[in-house]
Amino acid sequence: MNVGIVIVSHSPDVAKGAADMVRQMVGQGIPLAWTGGNPEGGLGTSVEGILSAIDEAWSDAGVAILVDLGGAETNSEMAIEMLEPGRQGKVVICNAPVVEGAVMAATEAWGGSDLATVKRTAEELNHDQD
Amino acid sequence: MDTSKARQLVEAIARTVIAHAEELTQLDQAIGDGDHGVNMKRGFEAVLADLDKLAEGNVATLLTGVGRTLVMKVGGASGPLYGTLFMQLGKSWPAELSARSFHATCRAAVEAVAVRGKSQRGQKTMLDVLLPVCDELAKETHRAALRAYAATCAQATVPLEATRGRASFLKERSIGHLDPGARSAQLMIEAVCDSLGAL
Repeated sequence: MNVGIVIVSHSPDVAKGAADMVRQMVGQGIPLAWTGGNPEGGLGTSVEGILSAIDEAWSDAGVAILVDLGGAETNSEMAIEMLEPGRQGKVVICNAPVVEGAVMAATEAWGGSDLATVKRTAEELNHDQD
Repeated sequence: MDTSKARQLVEAIARTVIAHAEELTQLDQAIGDGDHGVNMKRGFEAVLADLDKLAEGNVATLLTGVGRTLVMKVGGASGPLYGTLFMQLGKSWPAELSARSFHATCRAAVEAVAVRGKSQRGQKTMLDVLLPVCDELAKETHRAALRAYAATCAQATVPLEATRGRASFLKERSIGHLDPGARSAQLMIEAVCDSLGAL
């Protein structure tokens, strides 16, 4: 089973758009979910939305989350802590740009790599710019 | 402190924050993404709506429940941050309340917020109010003085340059503005001080 990918952006349009780009690359080869926007449909992120996205993209191989700005990360960390204990250790947040990171992570996941490798591949994007 | 008193305090906090939502949003528009007021209002309206249910147990379960509601409903970084504050207050709530045990409980809660936000004092955040006010509790300061001190701490964020949160993107242009998180923390402390006087 391949690692799942969750895309979290303040903007639902960005999150959905990034997910579309991922699907173009990997088709239905990985579990994928996106979430964005606050409960009223404005810009923002919510723990509730992230929890259900993790659920949707759940894989026993783990789930890698890509986030955009600060609140997306804080809310994602909170969401991970609210998961049942057995799932907590199988979800990681990638320190990578949300769009490029999602496409890179998904491509790696599609090849069957484990969660740590998927995360590392997404985060290599940061080192390219050093 | 029994649950009904704690409930009154929570209610006072919620009403104060909701009443100042517009101001918080304006402060956030100046140096952030402009959603602090509306987010906090959404969260505390949910708290008020659920208050009967949240207050069914003891003080600890009330506070934990308030925290969980904020986490789920605020929708912004302030949700996990203030949610963590209340959840940890509930988790650390002492069996026997004294000035000393209350200080220890607040300390644990504020430190949990610092960990959640990967932040510390001096970065132009809510911690610039929460941390010093918590320290002041150790001195058993009277609530009127504590109230004034919270205002002083919030105002002290004006000349700071933000190094955490969305305002940090503005670098030195964040100087000269009151931090919206520091202001909301101040408002909550004021609500508690005022209500304690009335209880």
